[in-house]
Amino acid sequence: MTYAFQAEGLTKRFGETQALAGVDLAAREGTVLGVLGPNGAGKTTAVRILATLLRPDSGHAQVGGYDVLRQAHLVRQTIGLTGQYASVDEDLTGTQNLVMIGELLNLSQRDARTRAAELLQWFDLREAADRMAKTYSGGMRRRLDLAASLVGRPSVIFLDEPTTGLDPAKREEMWDVVRNVVSDGATVLLTTQYLEEADALADEISVIDRGRVIAHDTPDGLKHVVGGQRLRVRPTDPARVDDVRAILADLTSTTPEETSHHELTARVDDDSLLPALVQRISAAGITVHEFSLHLPTLDEVFLTLTGRATADDDTQEAA
Amino acid sequence: MTTTDLGAAPTPRAISAGRAAAPPRPANSVRHIVVLAKRSLIKTMRTPEALIDVTLQPIIFLGMFVYIFGGAIAGGSQHAYLQFLLPGLFGQTIAMASVALGQNLNADIEKGVFDRFRSLPIARSAPLVGAVAADVVRYLILFTVMMGVGLLMGFDVTNGWVPVLAALGLSMGFALCFGWISVFVGMIVRTSGAVQGLMFLLVLPLSFGSNTFVPVDTMPGWLQAFVKVNPITHLVGAVRGLMVGGPVQNHLLWTLLWMAILLVVFFPLALRAYRRRA
Repeated sequence: MTYAFQAEGLTKRFGETQALAGVDLAAREGTVLGVLGPNGAGKTTAVRILATLLRPDSGHAQVGGYDVLRQAHLVRQTIGLTGQYASVDEDLTGTQNLVMIGELLNLSQRDARTRAAELLQWFDLREAADRMAKTYSGGMRRRLDLAASLVGRPSVIFLDEPTTGLDPAKREEMWDVVRNVVSDGATVLLTTQYLEEADALADEISVIDRGRVIAHDTPDGLKHVVGGQRLRVRPTDPARVDDVRAILADLTSTTPEETSHHELTARVDDDSLLPALVQRISAAGITVHEFSLHLPTLDEVFLTLTGRATADDDTQEAA
Repeated sequence: MTTTDLGAAPTPRAISAGRAAAPPRPANSVRHIVVLAKRSLIKTMRTPEALIDVTLQPIIFLGMFVYIFGGAIAGGSQHAYLQFLLPGLFGQTIAMASVALGQNLNADIEKGVFDRFRSLPIARSAPLVGAVAADVVRYLILFTVMMGVGLLMGFDVTNGWVPVLAALGLSMGFALCFGWISVFVGMIVRTSGAVQGLMFLLVLPLSFGSNTFVPVDTMPGWLQAFVKVNPITHLVGAVRGLMVGGPVQNHLLWTLLWMAILLVVFFPLALRAYRRRA
């Protein structure tokens, strides 16, 4: 089993904030590791250490078999990095951005141009190729940023929250891009705040909280731990909330929570429950505004794993 | 995003065959610096207002000092004052024009573009050296504007053109060394506004506390002490000597020494601050 990257016991402190308190991360070649956590959990710090942008206070890490501290230059020849804030040059056109990266990677000017054109085509940016990046939409900018990190055909790609701030349709587009990159043999580390995203893309997920990995599993394993899916029901008539609550409690053997106004959420582990629920609700003459299944949100995952909600507001992501 | 065109899609595996584990080579580094300098130039040319400090500003200085103060200072002759001032103004305008360098680098780092550069297998110093190298073009514009406007205002090249070109060459060299102060400040300060504030605190005393505007012997003794070690004074002395005649050698040696000091002190400081800036 060869690891494309492997980090052990990473710690990093910024002033008063212990951003990382001993983090282990690893992914086998050709797989996607999802790193799931709230703002301030240490995801970006971990990525920046693996990408040789930051030195850890202690611990060690290898990427492509190279040590991130002693062989940083070799690591940089192996990786592509797409940051949380699209790091494209706004005053340069799409083509100029990509050609510049190609030339910095020692491609000849002609090869750099060919590669830029190829990537712009692939990322649906051909028509915007000669426009300054500052005129791009958020989704286009993210795509250009990702394209820039692929210019050198890296074998390990770090994607730090590549879809944060994108609308759902654009998010799905990014997912397709990530899948294509992986199907070409690259290894990807993807940080995200959405279990849904990690579930859609990752082979394994590390959940990170306050600078520690608090769970590591396959998506299915993790979903099992956090109790499968959530069912959300909102009756048309607010007066029937209690009736719905009783039915949910009866069938799921859990205590439904009122997650928002007149809306109940219950854990559903068993797929056969759904038809039964629909039947009971319909038999009781209750009509519903909403009846939906979804994966647990990050908050729900954290509630299950740590017994508390995400510590979203007390520490900001450092750096 | 469509899934078409995957035939032409990147094949990440190719990395091992493509760019093998080559250590940074000097020839490559020079090319990286040129590529990064080109990037800075594209940005500068896209925002013409970024050239005000090397075009309009020196014109205003020249006009203002010659026509407002000239009559009063050089025994009533504006022409005589122009002969005295124009060589001197190279020092001040170079120092002023260096401020933008640190500001731009600071803004670049805040925007995250430099994260990309840091993750690439290029020398750590390449983005900084590239930005400084791009300033050669800005200074060429500055020198052209200064000489052009000076000649229009009646400046006489009394010493021949070869010494003038030598003076411009020396000014360019000094500018590229002085620029590292601005780079350093750009690395240690949080915002680009603060870069400007801090740099002006440095640039104003250096440029006015010199022999640029008036002869040094009119100043009180304590100020003369400062003026005599001020690198701008020596640059101005050398440039003035070359352009309109006068002693050159002593000022030239001091200028070259100062250039070496600025480079040896501020290049490593700037690079260290850049490395530390996470």
